[in-house]
Amino acid sequence: MCVFAGGALPLASLLVWGLSGLPAFGDFHGAYALLVDRIVVAQRHATDAVTAVNFDYRALDTLGEEFILFTSVAGLAVLLREQRGERLRAITRGAGEHHFQGASYALRALTLVLVGPVLVVSAYIDAHGAITPGGGFQGGVVGAAALLLVFLGGSYLAMRRLSPHALVEAAEAAGAGGYALVGLGGMVFAAAYFQNFLGLGTPATLISAGTIPLSSLAVGLEVSGAFVLLWAEFLDQALVVRGR
Amino acid sequence: MEALRAVLLVLLALGGLAVVLTREPLRQALVLGVYGLLLALLFFVLQAPDVALSQIVVSTVGLPVMILLALAKVRAHDHRKRRGEQ
Repeated sequence: MCVFAGGALPLASLLVWGLSGLPAFGDFHGAYALLVDRIVVAQRHATDAVTAVNFDYRALDTLGEEFILFTSVAGLAVLLREQRGERLRAITRGAGEHHFQGASYALRALTLVLVGPVLVVSAYIDAHGAITPGGGFQGGVVGAAALLLVFLGGSYLAMRRLSPHALVEAAEAAGAGGYALVGLGGMVFAAAYFQNFLGLGTPATLISAGTIPLSSLAVGLEVSGAFVLLWAEFLDQALVVRGR
Repeated sequence: MEALRAVLLVLLALGGLAVVLTREPLRQALVLGVYGLLLALLFFVLQAPDVALSQIVVSTVGLPVMILLALAKVRAHDHRKRRGEQ
């Protein structure tokens, strides 16, 4: 008890001392952010500063992030592959049709009805990255969620048919490669890797901000592919019985 | 706005506690999803809609689905092993 008090009291007083010196809530002095906020519309014709930083000012960082996702999903696919001596024995009962106990037809219909609108929202977020909040990553995960809805609607095999592994892998690779190519375009048509080399257009219109919408679409494709692949690998493990 | 932020912060503290105190993995995955949604709301209220958008899908759909599928796999494995021993 004495030892605890001896440790806890100084810690508590240190915490109180530290907390009392904290700046007020919302008190922000990030010079870089304030600067970007002031110049982004004039310089890049993009009205969403966050996307402009992601896909233009700090595009190289996004390339790194994108390949983190790419490699981790590739690693997962390698780890969960069909191993030697393991064969797909059978598809478990319910994998083809409805899998969840107690889900009503209304619930299934509702999830399937939502697939279309979710895909449209995903494309919208992808395409309007430079104008409104959103962009490649956000649109990409929303798009992958649309395919997950097909599964939640009870049709695992329909999800597999809609998104064959080869196609999903190709889409993911095309997205990742496409984003790197946009960067190379900067090298070819301008001075540096990821320099914005397209016409900037009118701010707040669909085709504006130069390469930012292109980058956004490429990243969207990559992220959608990565998440669908990720879930498909897990679904394979959980729903398809593998035995020796 | 100030009140909304305060309410959300308190809810988040309670939500985090609820996630930790839920001991059953299946329930924990669902509570974690609700916690993620609360976090997304806080991001939105703090004027970071870009982050909120990714947060909604990743933490309320993506992560719980992965946990649930892993649980299903583990349970199917246990079930078969138990049947094998009898």
